[in-house]
Amino acid sequence: MSRMRNYQTEAVIIKKVKLGEADRILTFYTPQLGKIQGIARGVRRPKSKLAGHLELFTYSTVSFARGRNLDTVTGSQTIDSFFSLKNDLELTSCAFYIIELINQFTADNIENYRLFQLLLETMRQVSRGKNIGVVLRFFELHLLDLVGYRPRFDCCIACKQNLEPKTNYFSPSAGGVICSCCASTQPALRYISANAIKVSKWLLESNLEMAERLRIDDELCKEMEQIMRVYLSYLLERELRSTSWMDTLNSKP
Amino acid sequence: MNKQPSPDLGTLTRLIQELNRLPGIGLKSAQRIAYFLLRAPEEQTKLLAEAIVSVKRETKLCSVCFNVTEGDPCYICQSDRRDRTKVCIVEQPQDIVAMEHTGIYYGLYHVLHGAIAPAEGVSANDIRIMELLNRLRNNPVDEVILATNTNLEGEHTALYLKKVIMPLGIRITRLARGLPFGSELEYADDVTLTRAIEGRQEL
Repeated sequence: MSRMRNYQTEAVIIKKVKLGEADRILTFYTPQLGKIQGIARGVRRPKSKLAGHLELFTYSTVSFARGRNLDTVTGSQTIDSFFSLKNDLELTSCAFYIIELINQFTADNIENYRLFQLLLETMRQVSRGKNIGVVLRFFELHLLDLVGYRPRFDCCIACKQNLEPKTNYFSPSAGGVICSCCASTQPALRYISANAIKVSKWLLESNLEMAERLRIDDELCKEMEQIMRVYLSYLLERELRSTSWMDTLNSKP
Repeated sequence: MNKQPSPDLGTLTRLIQELNRLPGIGLKSAQRIAYFLLRAPEEQTKLLAEAIVSVKRETKLCSVCFNVTEGDPCYICQSDRRDRTKVCIVEQPQDIVAMEHTGIYYGLYHVLHGAIAPAEGVSANDIRIMELLNRLRNNPVDEVILATNTNLEGEHTALYLKKVIMPLGIRITRLARGLPFGSELEYADDVTLTRAIEGRQEL
């Protein structure tokens, strides 16, 4: 790969950190370069031309100049600002969740084109505001698949037998479903319903367009959300920050 | 490592280190200031030291609006020449300075001391929203003006404030957003332009 002095890439802005008086260090998720960082100079000043094109969640074409440590952002043109998403309280909190997962599960500079596509399509679906619960469950499962932590719902992960419609459990440490026979051999299990297993398996096999049309009841969605949260925090060895805010918004009448 | 003063100048080194911690003051600036103070008359350095110590000792947050103040309530909250039917909600005390500088707003304020930022773990409980709601319940006003920043966190905070204040039946307005004065249309980003078009007014 040639080390050109300047380069350009499509990117979604997934993190921003203040630097000095007027600058920011931005983290971008890109189709070909994976997760990269750059300094945006003067972007916190009121007259900054770039500020609007470098806001969180924005999908832009970003130009960089190579630097000794960090590269510098030299320009940015918005492709999609996800305006309707940013204008909505619930949708914005979902977007914070999505980018936190991308930030936590990816390392710098590793290309994952399908993950970029997943991120972009999920952002587009979320900004349409329909069936958000299922869209997020789809995103979680496919993100895990694309970063190497695909959870197994097709058979018992311990004995490899087909799952019966009896009592089954999800094991974060094993990364899949455990049947009642093998349950005693595994630590820290969570009960998982037959429907949750069925839907999770289906979501892993389908695409986002099909998934968006699937209607499930709130209770099932909540169950799957809780199971995924336990699995995600087990893998990351930490709690996610954005989930408590999503919960706060959902709990207010 | 930058050139240090000699090892028996511990006091000067310490001063440079302390100045270096201030925002926007790098090692060179810290050195320059330190050597300036070294040459300055003792009276001047005493005044500076006293000003720094007393600002921490004498100031507090206004118990009503959480502005930085020496008296409690602050001069705005206790002034009877202010329009007590309006409260303007801002993120930081510096925002009040900017608003007051325009000279056209005579209402009261409320300082949140931050904005909701889930990415950094800052939720509604971490800023002065509970206090705002209590204040509005006990002292009803005609209008609440949302003057949080127009970046993502500020907008998100404004949307949340609208949601929690609406049940109180108070009129909620947001500062006009759009093109800043002195800007050019072709460089404006989508969000700014959208808001500018939506919020257009008769000339």
